[in-house]
Amino acid sequence: MSKKEKVPVYLDYAATTPADPRVAEKMMACLTMDGDFGNPASRSHVFGWKADEDVKQAREYVAALVNADPREIVWTSGATESDNLAIKGVAHFYQKKGKHIITCKTEHKAVLDTCRQLEREGYEVTYLDVENSGLLDMKALEEAIRDDTILISIMHVNNETGVVQDIAAIGELARSKGVIFHCDAAQSAGKIEIDLEKMKVDLMSFSGHKIYGPKGIGALYVRRKPRIRIEAQMHGGGHERGMRSGTLAVHQIVGMGEAFRIAKEEMADESARLLALRERLLNGFSDMEEIYVNGDLSHHVPGLLNISFNFVEGESLIMALKDIAVSSGSACTSASLEPSYVLRALGREDELAHSSIRFSLGRFTTEADVDYTIELVRQKVDKLRELSPLWEMFKDGVDLSKVQWAAH
Amino acid sequence: MAYSDKVLDHYENPRNVGSFDKDDNAVGTGMVGAPACGDVMKLQIKVSDEGVIEDAKFKTYGCGSAIASSSLLTEWVKGKTLAQASEIKNTEIAEELALPPVKVHCSVLAEDAIKAAVEDYNSKKTA
Repeated sequence: MSKKEKVPVYLDYAATTPADPRVAEKMMACLTMDGDFGNPASRSHVFGWKADEDVKQAREYVAALVNADPREIVWTSGATESDNLAIKGVAHFYQKKGKHIITCKTEHKAVLDTCRQLEREGYEVTYLDVENSGLLDMKALEEAIRDDTILISIMHVNNETGVVQDIAAIGELARSKGVIFHCDAAQSAGKIEIDLEKMKVDLMSFSGHKIYGPKGIGALYVRRKPRIRIEAQMHGGGHERGMRSGTLAVHQIVGMGEAFRIAKEEMADESARLLALRERLLNGFSDMEEIYVNGDLSHHVPGLLNISFNFVEGESLIMALKDIAVSSGSACTSASLEPSYVLRALGREDELAHSSIRFSLGRFTTEADVDYTIELVRQKVDKLRELSPLWEMFKDGVDLSKVQWAAH
Repeated sequence: MAYSDKVLDHYENPRNVGSFDKDDNAVGTGMVGAPACGDVMKLQIKVSDEGVIEDAKFKTYGCGSAIASSSLLTEWVKGKTLAQASEIKNTEIAEELALPPVKVHCSVLAEDAIKAAVEDYNSKKTA
């Protein structure tokens, strides 16, 4: 099959991944009468026992990838729920100790909006800036910690830029100050090493569908030593040691478990391959004028590249790139008409945020996909720059920052 | 987001892309929008001694709907008098291109662009 026939090329693995075929196969064995369809909470018959066994195995796989104890894994519906459960769970449980929370401006909305909700409930939240690299300033974090600070929530890998925070250092700081540390690892699990024996993270959010598992399933790691308490947000049958009630979705859990098992086995090779592909992609653009890489590539996940093509608006570029599936920080691709808050937090001007494209590569990306992308992007950026009055002014030597624009 | 066929047509085959000499007395230039907002339109008209728009060109930085709105506008203004061109309403552009509500501001920008171009031309005449 030629390239033209199998388009579009999928380069949006940071949004979601297809399930690995090995994952889908395991899931299908947990749905029908001849499979393990039972309710793991049914203690009275073999259907329940088998389902319980499957869940136990999956819990071990998830725990193993991050070097945790299986008893520290709580199943949820996804990383958003995990973030909610961790942040609200800690805030509500420890509110007598204090009502101050620290997070960062580049966090995922699942963290930011949860913090906003807690502000409405009377909590106080500090939203830290990041440096232009995308990294948190450790000194600023330390200075933000107060006597009444109960929680720090900082993500491991940023979903837009791919920048990796130093969560080991944040963990040390938090522990030394007696503050609980939650980390959203939806974008890092299976991509870079996580060792919860070494890293002093107290709560960690995981997603199934970012690492070739199914959507609709996630997990929250809740540390046992020292023991971290959270108040349940979902009440019912007392599943997951009372932290998250609801009948366990065995097929989803088994799928996520298999995805984590595969990730542990293949992560090293896959990371090396994705890093080489990303370098190939970046090299393909490196001689273009006025391109800006967003986020510090020396603290970065392998498979992601966020670039601003100056003087070209992101949505129009995505429209031109209809044969590849990517995403943009442009306002026009969001409902809010605001350009990416993450790129703005990195100090990028609005126009560069509007001009950004996120390429995220994954397990099924090939060299041919990357070469095709380079060729197409170069061609379309050239075309759109020919159409751009800003490019024309730039070429005429006009300093665009000195122009009086009629804002609208 | 799904685009209408007309937006796609103008986006893929934009009409009248280019520039005139902005210092030419027969040329009116309208530049509206701001890079920080994600769209900038430059519309230029070439006007005959009788006050009829003989030719029009545009360049636009913006989303597909902004490019389509300005491309369509260059087609519409050709052959119109300055007064007629100034009467073009954004709602007509939005309707012709079937713009969704979130993209209506693109047509507003196009209306602003033709008004600015006419104004620029008139200011040269009175100067």
